[in-house]
Formats: sequence, structure tokens, C-alpha cells
Amino acid sequence: MKYLDVSALSLGERLKKREIGVREVTQAALSRIAKKDGEYRAYLSVFQEEALAQADAVQKQLDAGEAVSPLAGVPMALKDNICVKDLPTTCGSKMLERFCPPYDATVTNRLREAGAVMLGKLNMDEFAMGSTNETSYFGACKNPWDTGRVPGGSSGGAAAAVAAGEAYYTLGSDTGGSIRQPCSFCGVTGIKPTYGTVSRYGLVAYASSLDQIGPIARDAKDLAAVLDVIVGKDERDATSVTAGENRYLSSLTGEVKGLKVGIPSDYFGEGLEEEVKEKVLAAARKLEEMGATVEEFPMPMVEYAIPAYYIIASAEATSNLSRYDGIKYGFRAEKFDDLIDLYIQSRSQGFGMEVKRRIMLGNFVLSSGYYDAYYKKALQVKALIKGEFDRAFERFDLLLGPAAPTTALKLGESLSDPLKMYLGDIYTVSVNLAGLPGLVAPCGFDAQGLPVGMQLIGKPFGETVLLNAAHAYQLATDYHEKRPQEGGEGR
Amino acid sequence: MRYETVIGLEVHTELSTKTKIFCSCTTQFGGDPNTHCCPVCTGMPGTLPVLNRSVVEYAIRAGLATNCTITRLNKFDRKNYFYPDLPKAYQISQLYLPICQNGRVEIEGEDGGKSIRIKEIHMEEDAGKLVHEPYEDATLADYNRCGVPLLEIVSEPDFRSAQEVVAYLEKLKATLQYIGVSDCKMQEGSLRADVNISVRPAGQEEFGVRTEMKNMNSFKAVARAIEYESRRQVAVLEAGGRVIQETRRWDDEKGESFAMRSKENAQDYRYFPEPDLPPVEIGEDWIARVAGDLPELPDKKQKRYVQQLGLPEYDSRMITADKAMADFFEAAAALCQKPKEVANWIMGDLFRLLKEEGKEASELTLAPEGLANLIGLVDKGVINRNTAKTVFEVMFKTGVDPETYVKEQGLEMVSDQGAVEAVIRRVLEENPQSVADFRGGKEKAFGFLVGQCMKALKGKADPKLINAQLRQALTK
Amino acid sequence: MQITGELIDYVADLSRLQLTQEEKEKAETDLGSILTYIDKLNELDTTGVEPMSHAFPVKNVFREDEVAPSAQRDVLLQNAPVKQDGCFKVPKTVE
Ligand SMILES: [Mg+2]
Ligand SMILES: [Zn+2]
Repeated sequence: MKYLDVSALSLGERLKKREIGVREVTQAALSRIAKKDGEYRAYLSVFQEEALAQADAVQKQLDAGEAVSPLAGVPMALKDNICVKDLPTTCGSKMLERFCPPYDATVTNRLREAGAVMLGKLNMDEFAMGSTNETSYFGACKNPWDTGRVPGGSSGGAAAAVAAGEAYYTLGSDTGGSIRQPCSFCGVTGIKPTYGTVSRYGLVAYASSLDQIGPIARDAKDLAAVLDVIVGKDERDATSVTAGENRYLSSLTGEVKGLKVGIPSDYFGEGLEEEVKEKVLAAARKLEEMGATVEEFPMPMVEYAIPAYYIIASAEATSNLSRYDGIKYGFRAEKFDDLIDLYIQSRSQGFGMEVKRRIMLGNFVLSSGYYDAYYKKALQVKALIKGEFDRAFERFDLLLGPAAPTTALKLGESLSDPLKMYLGDIYTVSVNLAGLPGLVAPCGFDAQGLPVGMQLIGKPFGETVLLNAAHAYQLATDYHEKRPQEGGEGR
Repeated sequence: MRYETVIGLEVHTELSTKTKIFCSCTTQFGGDPNTHCCPVCTGMPGTLPVLNRSVVEYAIRAGLATNCTITRLNKFDRKNYFYPDLPKAYQISQLYLPICQNGRVEIEGEDGGKSIRIKEIHMEEDAGKLVHEPYEDATLADYNRCGVPLLEIVSEPDFRSAQEVVAYLEKLKATLQYIGVSDCKMQEGSLRADVNISVRPAGQEEFGVRTEMKNMNSFKAVARAIEYESRRQVAVLEAGGRVIQETRRWDDEKGESFAMRSKENAQDYRYFPEPDLPPVEIGEDWIARVAGDLPELPDKKQKRYVQQLGLPEYDSRMITADKAMADFFEAAAALCQKPKEVANWIMGDLFRLLKEEGKEASELTLAPEGLANLIGLVDKGVINRNTAKTVFEVMFKTGVDPETYVKEQGLEMVSDQGAVEAVIRRVLEENPQSVADFRGGKEKAFGFLVGQCMKALKGKADPKLINAQLRQALTK
Repeated sequence: MQITGELIDYVADLSRLQLTQEEKEKAETDLGSILTYIDKLNELDTTGVEPMSHAFPVKNVFREDEVAPSAQRDVLLQNAPVKQDGCFKVPKTVE
């Protein structure tokens, strides 16, 4: 089907012109999922009937000329920690295997209003804790470029589904790099917006001060279109703010002349794979050729971001995950002696090891006697990191660096050593700590043909600058158009 | 050895806002289990709290009324613990930056006035209700109260007796009612006091080991629990033992306290800043506006009653102790312009009747107009004081208008001069012995004759008039 | 930071988790190496640095005190493993 590998916006355009029907493209996407996803496992659930019903409803709006969004009728999917009313939201955990929230997330609502067709829910690391998708209770998702490798995490399913052409765009969530790192591994484009830009209502919390929902798509232009739909102040999320809804797509110029790009030299130090470094620096040169100014500068705080991040994220996670106690929803152990044992058995059987590890780490750093040395210290370091970014943005419009130190890892490679896995987040977590927007776009391939991504970091609410730089870059390059062999049916 | 008891209080009061602190569910008391709930207050995954503006407003009011400093930059913190009445497994509260700090409440202690220091007042959410299911030995969780806004008012350990504690609680309750932040109904749990109590040898500086007492649901129970616990601790010390720091549950029926299970005593709440709620900054203008809207508080009112209305100190304190009573008093006094008369009725008959019926001033059926009219009727000589007392009781019970009632029942005083004279003449004729006794110097006989006249007039006469006319007739 | 078995037990207890002996040993090693890495923060002098809990100066976000209809009870209870009489049912809590 010739429309399967086009961008979300161009599909939307053809749907609007009624060159093709919504049911037809939905059916095609569902067939591709049915055919391919047994191998990738990007999806945890597929909403076959619901999606087709939505397709027909949107078609009616399109026929009546009522659908205004450029994405009306475009099939998409959501990470399985974003609530969709009365359909499963598992968070990749046994704990929520049978949980169906009686409410929609705010983003889900906004997507519905924009005429999105929801294909299903996407695989993820359990409760978004992990960088490889291997902590998913339902089994790891595979990287469509090489099924012996991980898609990255925790939004691995969300990135893999776009790479494999199993959705035109997806929503993921990013707490420490969970959108950006899998985008880098899967050769797709994704953005973690500024904290507060997208409502978190209905996003199952991992670390509330860091979590942010963002889109993953085939190019930056699609990201802008999705942001136009999902961004904005929500009265149900007190940390949400009024941002640039309905302005992202229209402000793309494709011009980078005069753009001041900073290259944090500390992002290119020890641990970064040579090939990744080369491709990212080549992207910087490309932007320079296109008229941007590029300058290196030091950012020494980067190495403190991981310890600060793991303290803060684990502490918040500990608290956020305490509600899973086998009483109101979720898994309840069959055998227990009394109330406390009910808690212990349900939680010990319902959570996987990585989740338990972070819960315990969080409880440790918050426990009496350790709070000041760990938690308070981390909040101070967070302030220092934020300060370092603030100073950088006095000189630059955006920062450019790698999203991950490596290309996609082999399955099983980092599972045995959690610290090693944590260190893979080095370039992404500081962006969450400072609440900044971060965009990842493909910028080349390593010798094994695995995608390499570059990360653009922006000022608070500087999404437009990032999207525009990526859009300009994508006008001049074609890395984002490459598809994995396995996924590129009929190519 | 003589021991001194040292007590500090943590008072929780449910605010009378329309909605819960973090969601739009009603705070109404009662309702079928889990019908005043939504995904937010039942802690469903992905839901988020949004702060009710009125809660902050009420907290500022309470802070100003208890002479606290209002914290300009407020944050919320999470208090983490597992219990089935707490669906998120954490309570959103304030640890590091409570909204009110360093206040004081003046009470009437055993040896005169005393100032109780308020350490802090913070905002937090209430937990749900657990009901024991006896047939299966299980517990049922109802989250209707979950998320109802609370103020926790923490005092310094300034109390030395149960009486002081009760005086403080009464004052605090009156103050909170005055400023309209809580109805303070202990039986509905909207006012709860946890008592921290320790004993030490008289004269010792250092505090003893304290226990925390919970589950007292009346001021009387608080007093009993304090007396019990203080005796218990003294007994432990006297026997050479040590008081263990623990939480104890008061059983008012048994009149004893029991240590709670040690698992529930292990407290490491792992507080940390609530990431879902941005800070609340309270500006001067906000504080000034709340201060400007604050009603007259009990202390000030009490002084005014004494100085301007000439009420006795004691009466004034009793009447101002309850906002509803003070309101009743002021309304009635304004209508009849006889504050002392109104106060007398309140201090005497009204308090007695309330006590007999176990009612509070807020539940009065009697309207202030009624009492004012009644006083007017006595004043104008329509009925005498005795009749008025009878009418008052009826008014208290039914709320009937005194004028109508007096007319219906024909209770007006006999004002027909001729009728009174005729009765006196008849009484004198029928009681020659008494007349002789009186004339012989026995003053007591006069009282008897007055009584006979009143009886003949069915009590509906002005005793003064009878007195005067009878004396005249006898000395003629 | 030295992690002891005792500390693991305490933290597991706070977490309402029960670990097998094997998991306990693994947790000791893993948390030990993570915390050792975390101790890197001590290289930084943070004297006088205000701890930052919120990255942006968003403040005073309120909801007006207006009642909205509550949810349907059976909807709230639809995910409850055990329920009775419109309540969530748990093992007895009174001692
Ligand atoms: Mg409290
Ligand atoms: Zn609610």
C-alpha cells in the first residue's frame, strides 16, 4: 500500500483531499501490525475494533468538511503509560496487566478531538524504568533495524512502531531520555517538550518533576503538527503552562541562518563511541554550512547529572508507585497472611526487579538520616545544572550533542549491570533535570547500518527553534527517510 | 514524688470548603460509601492534584485569628506511609514550609490568663474511613472523606493540665467557628485532637518521654485520656520503669488507652517536596484582604460585652465561647436594646435547656426575635416573669412567637383594676386568721396572702401591683 | 556508602517488598555500586545552593471551590480486585 511510508502530515493531506479513506489506511496499518509485530513486539495491545470505529467516525467528519486538524484520520499509537478510557494501560507491568482506567489522559482527549485514530498501546520498560525496553513484563520490544538489538527505552515500542511503519506517529514519555534515546536507536525523530508544556494528566507517573509526554514521528514537521494538538495548559495538571499550541507547524521556516549553535565539549568525552561522535559533529558542520554559527564550549556539570537524576527520579518513583498495593486496582497476590502481607506479596510478585531496585533506592535516599546527604544534595545539584544551562543559553540558541553514547545495544547486553545501563543516559537526563526541551533526529548510520541520532537542546519553551533547526536539517538530508529493510515492505 | 504533666496538642480540623482540597468532589458529610469520590481522590494512576484556592484562604484566616505569621512562600510535601485509608499511600501535607507559624492562643487557666504558643498550622488532606466488617473479619474502605481539606494546628507543649487543654480546645473551636473555616463537629470528626503527653518530676527542666494519644471524640474524653495517661506514666516511673515512646489509642468506654501495634509505630515518613503542586506565594495584599474580612474574634467580643454592654466578665465569656450563641445574643440585644436582660435569659434558662436537650447553640429553634419579643412583653407588663419562663420553654422547644402564644393561651396579666381589687377583697374575707396574723406583726402572713391572690388570678398578675394594693388594703 | 544486609532489610520493609536471599545479595551489590557512583556528588560544593524542587517559577495555580459531580461508584471500583457494599475490601485493620 503506497501510503504506508509517507509522513503523517502528507497522509493527513491526502485524507483531507479524500484521495484515500481513513478506514483503508487504518486497515493497512492494522494489517502491517498483524504481519510484522509478532517479530518486533512494539505493541502491547491493538485496538482493532475501536480503531476502525474511530476511522469511520473521522471519515464522516472529513466528508462533512468538519475535521480541521491536519492530522485528522491519521493512525497513531500511544505508549502504554498514557491512559485511554476503558482500554488496558499496563505500563509494561504485571502489576497493571488488567488495569483499564475509567478516564482518558488529557493528551488522549486532545487527540480524539483532532480526529486521531488510535491503533493501540506500545511496549515500554516496566513503569518507564529502563533504557532498553527489556524490563517490560510482556517481553522486550526489538529494534526494527536489527531484531537482535534493543530499540532503546523506555519508549522503545513508540520509537520502534514509527521505524517499522506500524504507526505514523506515536506518543511516548521522557523522564530521563525515554523518548530521545530510543529515537536515536531507531532512526526516528522525537521531542521531549519543556516541562509543563504537555499535560501529564493521565500519564502514569514515574518521576513527576521530570516526566513529560512527547511525540515521535518520521520528521520534525510531523512533530510540530502533533505538538499543535497536544500542547497547552490543562486545568487538571497544576504544573502545565500555556505554551505555543497551534503555532509550531506554522512557524517552521526551514531557515537556520544566524542560528547560534553551542557544542558542549563535555558531551564528546570518554565513553562516547567514535562513530556516533563523527556523525553528530558532521551534523553540526552541516548546520554551519547552512548558515548557522557553531561554537564549542565547556559544560562540566554533565557528569553529575546521572547521580542527581537517579536520586530524584527514584525518590519520586518510590512514592508514586506506593499506590500499587493490591487494593484499589492492579495485581493482588492470591495468598497472604494479613494486611501488611497483602501489600508485600502483591508488590513483590507484581513488580519486576528493576522497578524494585529503584523503589528501594528511592526509599533509601529519602529515609531518615539520609535525606540531606542524598535527596537534598541532588536538588542542589539540579540547581547547579540548571544554572549551567541558563548561562549557556545566554550565548546560544540551541545546543547540539549526541543523544546516547552508542548505537542500539544487543539484547541482554546491559541487563546484568544496572549501573552500566544508567550511564547510557548521560546526555539526556540533565535536560529533564533542567526541564528543557530536547529533540532527537537521525543524522547518519554506523558501520553496522544502525542509526545515529543527534540531540538538540533548547531554551525553556524553545521548541520552535529546535523543530525548525531539525526541519531545516531534514530538508537538506535524507537520513530520516531511511527505513529498516524488514519494515520497508515493497521497497 | 510530685510529678508535672506536660502536654502538647495536634488538632486536626476539617475545613468547611465546598470541595475537597485537590479535586472538585463535595466535602458534604455522609453519603453512601465512595459516592463523593473521583479518580483524583481515590489515587488512580496518572491523576493529579490541583489546589483549592479557598483552602489557602481559610488557612490564612485561621493563622491570623491565632496570631500566627503567615509564610510567604508555601510548598507542599508528601508524607509516605501505607494504610488502606490512604489510596495514594502518601498524604499531601506541609512539612518544611507550613502556611502559619509562631502564633498564640490566650486561655483562661487555673491561675488566670495563659498564653498557649502555636508552633505551626499546615494544610493537608484527610484520609478515608475504614469500617470493620464483622462477619468476615475484613475491613471496607470508603474514600468519601479522602481529600477533605484539613488544617493541622500544632501547639507547643505549654499545657500542664487537662483543664488547660479543654480551655484551649474550646477557645480554638470558638475561634475556628467565628472565622467560618470549620463547623468543628467532634462527633462528625471535623475536629480531632491528638495529645502528646509526658510527665516529669516537679521542678525538672527536661521533658520526659512522651506518648501520643489518639481517638478521643469529645472534650470530656480528651480530659479523661490525659488524666489516665498521666497517671499511667507516673505509675510506670514510680515502679522504676521507663515510659516508651509510642502511639496509644484511647478507649472511652473502657476508660483506658492501649498501645498500637509496633508495626504502625515504626515511623519513617520519607517526606519530600510534592512535585505535582507548584509553590503558593502569599502576598501582602492577600493577607491584608483576609485580615480586613476577619470578623470580631471571641477575645475582642468578650471585652466589648463587658466594657460597652456592661455584662459580667463570666457571662461575657460564656456567651462568646460559641459563635452561634454570640450571634444570637447580639441579634436579640439589638432588637430589644436590653443586653443584660438577654444575657440573663441566656445564662439561666437557655443554657439550662440546651444542656438538658444535649444541643448546641447552632441547633437552636428559638429565634432572637422571639427572645426580644418576650422581653418586650415582660417589660410592657403584658406578662409577668413567671409566665415568661413558661413561655420561654415552649419557645425553646417549638420556636413559637411569644405574642401569639400568650394570646392563644390567655396568659396576659389581669390589668383590670377592679378585678384585682375584687380578688383582694375576697382573699381578705376568706382568710381572717392571716389578716389578723399580719396585723399582729407576722410579715410571713403577707406572703401567704399574696400567694392566694396570685392563685386566684391564675398567676397572670403583676406581683408588684398585688403587693402594693394588698398592703394598702391591709393597712387601711 | 557501604550497604549492609540490615540496611537492605530496612529499605525493603519501607518498600513493602520481600526479597529472596539471592535477590537480596544482588540488591546489595547493585545498590552498593549505584550509591558509590552517586557519592560522586560529594565532589561538588553545594554550600548555600538553594535546593530546586521545581525547575520553573510556576506558582499559585488554583482551582476555584466549585463542586463538580463525582464519579460513578462502580466505575471507580471497576478495577478493584475485591469489593463489597460499594467499598474496597481489605483484610482487617483493627488490632
Ligand atoms: Mg498531619
Ligand atoms: Zn475527588
